Amino acid sequence: MSALVKLEDVCKRYGDAIALYPTTLSIESSKTTVLIGPSGCGKSTLLRLIIRLIEPDSGSIAFDGKAVTPDNINALRRRIGYVIQEGGLFPHLTARANVLLMARHIRKLEEQTHNRLLELSDLTRFSQNLLPRYPVELSGGQRQRVSLMRALMLSPELLLLDEPLGALDPLVRAALQRDLKEIFQRLGQTALFVTHDLAEAIYFGDEIVLMNEGRIVQKGTITDLRESPTDPFVSEFINAQRGIASL
Amino acid sequence: MNRTRKAGCNGCEATARLSKEETIESGNHESRNRHLKSPFFLVSWVPDFLLIIFCVPVFLINSSSAAEVVIGSKKFTESYVLGEIAKRTLTDAGIPAEHRQGMGGTIILWEALRGGQIDAYPEYTGTIATEILKSNSRVALNQIRDLLEQLGVGITAPLGFNNTYALVMRRSEAQRLGIHSISDLRMHPELKLGLTHEFLERQDGWNPLRERYDLPQQNVIGIDHALGYSAVGNGSIAVKDAYSTDAKIEQNDLLVLEDDLQFFPKYEAVFLFRLSMAARAIAPLRALEGTLDEKRMIGLNAEAERTKDYARAADLYFEGRDAAARRPYHYIGESFPHKLARWIERHLQLAGFSLLLSVIVGIPLGIVASRGGAIGHVILGFAGVVQTIPSLALLALLVPLPFFGINVRTAIAALFLYGLLPIVRNTATGLQDIPRALRESAVALGLSPIARLWEVYLPMASRSILSGIKTSAVINIGTATLAALIGAGGLGEPIISGLNLNDHVTILEGAIPAAVLALLVQWCFDLLDRVLIPKGLRL
Repeated sequence: MSALVKLEDVCKRYGDAIALYPTTLSIESSKTTVLIGPSGCGKSTLLRLIIRLIEPDSGSIAFDGKAVTPDNINALRRRIGYVIQEGGLFPHLTARANVLLMARHIRKLEEQTHNRLLELSDLTRFSQNLLPRYPVELSGGQRQRVSLMRALMLSPELLLLDEPLGALDPLVRAALQRDLKEIFQRLGQTALFVTHDLAEAIYFGDEIVLMNEGRIVQKGTITDLRESPTDPFVSEFINAQRGIASL
Repeated sequence: MNRTRKAGCNGCEATARLSKEETIESGNHESRNRHLKSPFFLVSWVPDFLLIIFCVPVFLINSSSAAEVVIGSKKFTESYVLGEIAKRTLTDAGIPAEHRQGMGGTIILWEALRGGQIDAYPEYTGTIATEILKSNSRVALNQIRDLLEQLGVGITAPLGFNNTYALVMRRSEAQRLGIHSISDLRMHPELKLGLTHEFLERQDGWNPLRERYDLPQQNVIGIDHALGYSAVGNGSIAVKDAYSTDAKIEQNDLLVLEDDLQFFPKYEAVFLFRLSMAARAIAPLRALEGTLDEKRMIGLNAEAERTKDYARAADLYFEGRDAAARRPYHYIGESFPHKLARWIERHLQLAGFSLLLSVIVGIPLGIVASRGGAIGHVILGFAGVVQTIPSLALLALLVPLPFFGINVRTAIAALFLYGLLPIVRNTATGLQDIPRALRESAVALGLSPIARLWEVYLPMASRSILSGIKTSAVINIGTATLAALIGAGGLGEPIISGLNLNDHVTILEGAIPAAVLALLVQWCFDLLDRVLIPKGLRL
């Protein structure tokens, strides 16, 4: 197994508040790594550091063996897909234009992009009839499917998902969870998935990274976390979520 | 009187006029502002929109004329008439002359003369002494001539009339009481005086006058200039202040009381001209010296106000002077639709071109400002400060600068500066209002900074930016009426003209089309919204 992304002693602070203590982490290829933890634990910060929406204060990040720098970040971003909670679709563009925006920007051939669009529309189960619609004309679930198509358009090596299903109602959410997992498996996609929901983490995560207060508490499979917690917080977190689930 | 004329910047006069309703008397409008020290004084407190709607000057004659001599005039009736007389006398002497009517007040005319945009204009000795030479109003004419010569400016001898302050009363009552001079008022302490507020307050107004003449009257009220004439007419006041060539004096059969102690400074009308002006043009101007007494000037002013036609009033002067040598002079009026088309065309040019500049400069500035930081604050601060400068003051400030002057350029520059703020601010806020998640999505996609701006940020801010442009456009249409103050033309021409003639119809000829134009522009922009704002943002 090879690591696609490597963070080494990456640290981020906002004024006096430390969002992420020096952290080292590898994201393995072709696996889904889930970042989980309570609100404010630093999981989104970590994700945003990888795609350089925020600059680390210290430490280094390497993508595919190369250090990420301000010079190469824009090229690297095109090899990374990014999906956020509300989709982040541009309201002035149709679903189709949102998906094709980047491909057009780098002048990919029209025919290639068109074929890719049809492929993705099948993959994400998003009806082609809806492609000419604007984001406001789509439901929340449909918007997330478009967002996913946009993220996958350039066949990224890494897919970052920041609570992508957090704003959806349970039925839509369950359907999308199933579809997402199937997509990851079909594409052999390397994904880093942020959620605060343990069940979702278990469902997706080949590897689960539990975070709390700016630090990684434990990394491993769900079995590791359950059976050999390295910290009382691990059990506490798992039991709390389980408690609700068993109600 | 005209110590004020000197005070006059166009704005003051026009606004002062407004403040007293239609108190415009022939030849004397400026007078009521005589208490103003600076041309910007009034401007600073008069609401801009009033200025915009009401204060605009007269016909700009296109600057590219073949005229050998360009005559300017201030924006009040008497100055117009004198300007027309000068034009006529030069034309009769075979010298092609052009008259730029009502260019503004003393400062603007003087700068235009010095800058060579005009060659001559009518002025008053008291004004020259106090406003132009900044010296004592009682300085002798010889001294004035010497001082002006050093500045490259010549002066004719007085034309023959003195337009100064005066006290007037009903002729019949004056005769009954045996009053001829101001000194005679001492015998009649019971007389009620109604004086303009300015005259009451002025350093050289009522208080020093009372001291000099030792006047006993206690019953003194402040009254509006125009109302004062009615009050004198019906006997509710006995004495009021006036300007000696005021047409109303004759119309109301009033007697000008002799200033037997020479209290009031002289404001004798003269022509100022550039010493570099064509030598053959000087003689005809000099021929006007001593040919116009007060009675005659009053008559011409009255005629100009009555007929609303300055050229005709000027003709009257020539008819009286040498009826035999008179050549037929036809004033050919321009048809109204033609005039209106000319005004609107120029108006749209002024507003449109300045708006274009505002857009070209304002959007990039807004983009920079949207990033905040020191530069952003400087940009927004600058645009905000420009907006707080009263439009008239901005025009007046630009006029003396190199490259600018009394022309269209200055008007466009001022309108451009005014149009900047709404565009800069709306661009900046429109961009800042884009949700962070969407900005980050654009970044995370890997779009280059320019592509982010062009493909995402600007389209998303388009509604805000367009509404800023719309605001600028409507403001520009309104403010462009002021351009006529510096001879740039447009719908301001009839407005100022009407103000000077005290003619509401003429004012409306400019004001209504300006208002309609503003509505049309607004409507066009509403249509434009549908084209330019992406459909996804309108759902």
